[in-house]
Formats: sequence, structure tokens, C-alpha cells
Amino acid sequence: MSNDASPILEMRHISKTFPGVKALKDVQLSIRAGEIHSLMGENGAGKSTLMKILSGAYVPDAGAEILVDGEAVSIEGPLAAKALGIAVIYQELSLCPNLSVAENIYLGRELRRHGLVDRKAMQAACAGILRRLGASFGPATEVASLSIAERQLVEIARALHAEARILVMDEPTTPLSSRETDRLFALIRQLRADGLAIIYISHRMSEIYDLSDRVSVLRDGSYVGTLERAALSAESLVQMMVGRDLSGFYTKEHAPYDPGRVVLAARHIGDGKRVRDCSFDVHAGEVLGIAGLVGAGRTELARMVFGADPRSGGEIHIDGVPVDVRTPLDAIRAGLVYLTEDRKAQGLFLDMSVRDNINVCACSLDAHPGGLLDRVRGKARAAAAIASLGIRVGDARRNVGALSGGNQQKVLLSRLLEIKPRVLILDEPTRGVDIGAKSEIYRIINELARSGVAIVVISSELPEIVGTADRVLVMREGELVAELGGHSGEPIEQATIIEYATGARQTLLAAA
Amino acid sequence: MNTQVSGVVANLPQTPAPSATERLRQLMRSVGMLPVLILLCIGFGSLADGFFSLQNASIIAQQASINVVLAAGMTFVILTGGIDLSVGSILAAAAVVTMLASNLPGAGMLGVAAGLLAGLACGLVNGSLIAFVRLPPFIVTLGALTAMRGVARLLGDDKTIFNPDLPFAFIGNGAVLGVPWLVIIAAAVVLLSWFILRRTVLGVQIYSVGGNPEAARLSGIKVWKVLLFVYAMSGLLSGLGAVMTSARLFAANGLQLGQSYELDAIAAVILGGTSFVGGVGSIVGTLIGALIIAVLSNGLVLLGVSDIWQYIVKGLVIIGAVALDRYRQSGART
Repeated sequence: MSNDASPILEMRHISKTFPGVKALKDVQLSIRAGEIHSLMGENGAGKSTLMKILSGAYVPDAGAEILVDGEAVSIEGPLAAKALGIAVIYQELSLCPNLSVAENIYLGRELRRHGLVDRKAMQAACAGILRRLGASFGPATEVASLSIAERQLVEIARALHAEARILVMDEPTTPLSSRETDRLFALIRQLRADGLAIIYISHRMSEIYDLSDRVSVLRDGSYVGTLERAALSAESLVQMMVGRDLSGFYTKEHAPYDPGRVVLAARHIGDGKRVRDCSFDVHAGEVLGIAGLVGAGRTELARMVFGADPRSGGEIHIDGVPVDVRTPLDAIRAGLVYLTEDRKAQGLFLDMSVRDNINVCACSLDAHPGGLLDRVRGKARAAAAIASLGIRVGDARRNVGALSGGNQQKVLLSRLLEIKPRVLILDEPTRGVDIGAKSEIYRIINELARSGVAIVVISSELPEIVGTADRVLVMREGELVAELGGHSGEPIEQATIIEYATGARQTLLAAA
Repeated sequence: MNTQVSGVVANLPQTPAPSATERLRQLMRSVGMLPVLILLCIGFGSLADGFFSLQNASIIAQQASINVVLAAGMTFVILTGGIDLSVGSILAAAAVVTMLASNLPGAGMLGVAAGLLAGLACGLVNGSLIAFVRLPPFIVTLGALTAMRGVARLLGDDKTIFNPDLPFAFIGNGAVLGVPWLVIIAAAVVLLSWFILRRTVLGVQIYSVGGNPEAARLSGIKVWKVLLFVYAMSGLLSGLGAVMTSARLFAANGLQLGQSYELDAIAAVILGGTSFVGGVGSIVGTLIGALIIAVLSNGLVLLGVSDIWQYIVKGLVIIGAVALDRYRQSGART
């Protein structure tokens, strides 16, 4: 299928800098017409950023070259991308559910007659495309009544109708059943036969094998290489995705955990959908890492244990005592706290002072009778936290929204530490944090572990997991599938984690 | 316990004092609309005879007092990101209840308690629907705005209820050392509100719920409790407003009383710099906002501006003042 004809799309010297982070470093990508080109990489490797540049959502740094059909172009917005024949099918579908299929396909370019929308003409024009895609529904159907798989079909129809020649699909199979996936794959192959170029993003190794003509790998915002179909193997892909050494940066300075003392025991946690029957223990002074791909259900699991989201079953024991955790307040009272992965949306009160942000949980615990704030203590507590965690802020009365990401994270962390937790669940503790604050957060984790706190670290950064955790659980598609380190006998290695997380290696974790 | 705590403080590094510009900025933030109020006073003072007199100041304060009380309740609600459109109607219903109770032979003072309780009950209903049934505050209180107006007319048999021998008439007409009771009550409400917002755990939780409801929930704050409190507080203060109005008028009419009071209360809160999405604002700002509205009405009357133009000018000043505030804050933030 693949030929050596000149590529339909070439991206060269693509860099993208966000404040404080270099998301892409001199990345290249070359796509031919009539091929399925897979894009792989760990979470945060830069795949989404690259695709957002291709679709005009982001503007790359100066020096970038994008060639379509050999001609240099600049993609300055979504409309420009559309005009070049580039279409992206996102994970979150972008249809208006209250409109008909035809209206969605024509959205923004409605056919008019005498200034009025001509629904009949639009429906007639869509019918052909829908037939070609093998759709079982008509153009007048309301999108709300369609299944997810059918909505994907509408998205693809919209792209084809806009005469897209380069189709980007970002994890399209995540919400699909296996039969729907098979049907989608048949359709993708048909589109390839029609001469479209398809950029396929997925974490699932089996899909990559199934579909790809070529695979390009990104790592830490850099281009690693491209493999032809003949050269494809799980080992080589995992090798390309990992292959870095940051081990010196992470230091385990606490003593290995004492396996006798289980602090948190979670049993059969799940909601039947995103998280299924997860059981694990965390010991005093232990750092337990939970690894997995985005969407594997790690955050969902943590939020269920913390009582932030409802669960359909399971038990939670703290220090051997069963605890009925239904709300975050129940968890906090039992000494279990959770650091959210999204500190701005779910953690901080951005318009409130650093002092109030630190005190908001603890102030109710030591208030004077009648709920009067103990202001002296609040002031002292904030000052002590600022000093011990090294939060850089001149005046504790400043709004927390004015601080840097790292300092914000430390404010949020100190809020939790002020309740003197027995169990601390940290969800992406160093996301969006500069390298200096990162190492300070690791120092804090080490200190807490030494003082006997049971710590769970959820992270998408494998070096972070490998570098901080005493024991690692790997999650895939809502289930805990592997245990590394501790008494499992398997060493904690990035490659092993990736193999389990992507399903390249399959074993079931013995029931805990 | 005190000695222990002060020992901790002594060991801490002193946080550096805020710089001069930072202080000025904080001052600007806390005074908010005060410059507008001062400008309005200077303007009316130079244009209208008798604006700067003790008597007129007392009139302005009395005119502002009921709106201050309602706006204080509204401040609690808007700080949580909600809205209470029903305060005017609750005031009318509670005023009718107050007058009915005051007419009971030998138990006239009961009217005060009856009015307060009626307001509180309405607020609790609003709060329950919002906190437990999770209906949007706008919808709940819009419904209550209409329904309570009907209830007010129903209770009073759609007539004006009089009581010429009101035992608590002093509330509406008396004074202590020259300060009218209405003003004393309004000041007490402002002080109490300030205390709750700034000195209690509940106050911190009100700001938290308004600033980031999800973060508040994850911090173990009982969001339902906070919501129930603010709407109950708004209802209770509407009841207090009802007692104040009926004490002043010796009468209550379910149809006319409190019409569009909610809009003046909301205007005072917004003029006071409280964010409509919640989490930011202060009761002092609300007081200034309510005074701006009262000064504006009073000054325009003194100038002999017609009723029609008063509406137009008031509306424009509200929009203009908030626009000015936005502009000033956007400059300060960067």
C-alpha cells in the first residue's frame, strides 16, 4: 500500500513553548497519501500538541515548516486547516446533539435558498456520503439518538464532506465495543484505499499492529523515529518510547516500608464502568505508585477511595478499621486526603489568600467555640507551612492565583498536610511544576514517608513513578493488572510498566 | 493555650511588610466604590442646597437602611455564586404577617418575631430547594418572587392592614441620641455580617463555596450547609426589613410593598464590588453600594429631577460605576 511518492504532509522543525515548558522540540513528521500512520508516545510526549498545531489550534514557535503537497503553508487557525483538507476527530466528539445528522455535517456552511436554510438539499447531499460509510441511519436523524460509534461516523462523514485528505483520529476506539472497533477499522482501511492519509493516535499496541503502515514515536516532546511496518515490534516500540535516563534526579531517601503495618486497605473498589474491582494495600511509610495510561481509571479509582465520586461497592479500611467513606468529609475525618490532579479547577481558591487556602480545611478543626476562627493560630500555621515547604510568597495575604504553579501546588499540599493525614493520595503531584519545585515536592514526599505516612503517587511520568515509588501497581482499562517491586519479584522498570499499561504484556494480578 | 500559640509565633520568620504600591492596591481593593460615593456627595453638595446637613444625612441613612439590610443578605448569597430574587416578595409577605400578628390583642410585640420567623421560613424553603433538590438559584427564587407576592396578597386578603397603635412603632420612627433606630439596626446588621464573613469558619466556607464549589467539596466542606445558611440568612433579613418597613408605615400592603426591592439590593451588592460569580466581595463594599444608590435618589430629588429621569440616571450610574471598577481592576491585576 505505501509508496515512495512525495509525502502529502510534511512537518519539520516544529517546536512549541508554553510558559515554563517546552512541549515540542524540533519535531518532524512525514505522512504519505494512502497510508495509516500511527503516532505513539507516553502521556505528555507531545502527540496532542503536535496535532493541535496541525489543526490550527496552536501556533508553533518560529522556524517551523509545514508543507502540504510540497508547498509551504501556514496554518493559522481551524479554518485554514480545514481549507487545506485537514480534519481531526477528537476524543470528545464535537457534534451538536440537538441537530440532525445533515445539519451537523453542514454546520457553519448551511445550504441556503432565498436566505433560508434548505434542509431538503442538505439531506439529499449527505445521503450519498452516509451510504458510502455504510451508515445505518439517515441524514434526518437527530444526533442525540445515535450511539457513540454512530456519532463517530457522523464526524467522519463531516470530514469527508469537507473534502478532507488528511484525517487525524485521536484514540477513536476508547469508547467503542470490540465489534464497533472492527467496523471502524474496516472503514479506516476503506478510506486508506480511497487515498486518504490517516494519522492514528492510540496507546493500544494491538491496534497499532493491526492498522499501521508506519509508526512514528515521540518522547518528551522530541521526535524519536519512524518504523516501517516490516520493522514493527513491541520491543522496539517500547524501547523508543522509554529510552531516557533521569534516574539521578529522583531519590528514595526514606527507609523501605514495613510490610507488617497496612494503613489503607481498599477492597473491590469500582463503579462497574471506569473502575472495576480494584483492591490494594498501602503500608505506613510506603510510597505506592499507580501507573497507567491516561483514561486507565487511576484518577477515578483515587476519587472513589476518597469519596469524591460514587462507587458501586467495595470496602475501605484504615488501620484495620472499616470506614464508611461516602463523601470527602468522611475520608478526611478518617485521616485520608487526596491531592487533585487539577489544582486550579478542583483544588485552589484562586481569589483567596495563600493563608486562607492553607487554613480552609484545618480551621474548622481548631476553631473557638461557636465557630469563631482562631486567627492567631491560622496565621502561625500558614507562616509555618510557608517556611517548611519553602513556598515563595512575600505576604501570606496575597491571592494564591498570583503564584507560580509549583508554589500553588505546595500551598495545596500544605492544606492537606495541616490535617495531619494518615494516608495521602497524590494525583500527578508535579504536573505543570518547574524542575526546582519538582525536586522539593519529592523531598516532601520522602519526609512524609519517613514520618510514617502512607502515600499513593499517581503519575503519568514514568521516571517519577520509578524514581519515587517503593512498589508500583499498573492500571489498564479500569483494572489493576500488575504489581512491581515489593514482594512481587518483578523489578520496577519503565519498560515493564509500559508493557503492562499498553497490554503488550498480559497477566492478571493475583487477587489481593 | 494563648501562651503556647504566641510561643509558636515568636519562632517564625517575620513575613516582610507589603510594599507601598501593594498597600495602595489593597486599599483600592477594600475601598472599592468609595471614591464614587465621595464624588457623588461633592457633586450634589455643590449643586443642591441643603444636601450637606445633618437632617439630610439622617434622611439618606434612613432611606438606605432597609436596602442595606436586604443587600447584606444578598451579599451572602451572591458570595456563594447564587442570587436571591425573592427578597422583595418575602418582605411583603413577612410585613403582612407582622401586621396581622401585631393586631392580636395584648400580644402586639409578637409581630416582630412573627415577621422574622416568616422571612426565615421562606429563606429555608429557598435554601432547601437549592441545596438538596439542587435547582438553580435563579429559578427557585424567581418562582418564589412570584409565589410569595401571591402569598402576601392572600394573607392580607388583598387589603392594606393597619395598626395605628403599633407597639414597636419606635423601630420605624424613634431614635436614640438622635440616631434613628432604622439606622442602628442597619449598622448592626452590617457589623454582624462582617463578623460572620471575616471572623468565623462559616465565613471562610462561604467564600470557598463561591470561589470554587468543587474544591470546597473536596476540602470536606458541607456545601449544602453553607447554601442553606445563606438563603436562610437572606430570608431572615428580608423578614427584618419587613418589620422595619411596617413599623415605619404602621401598615402593610401585600401588593405594593417591596416591589423591585430585590433589584436595588442586587445593585448595591454589585456596586460594592462583589463578583457575580461568587467568591470575591465584602460587606463594606455592599454598604457603600447601598449608600451610593440612596445618595443618588436623595440628590436627584433635591435637584428637582423628575421621577422619570431619576430612573434613567440611576441605571446609567450603576452600569458606569461597575464598568469603571472592571477597568480599574483589570489594570491592577497585570
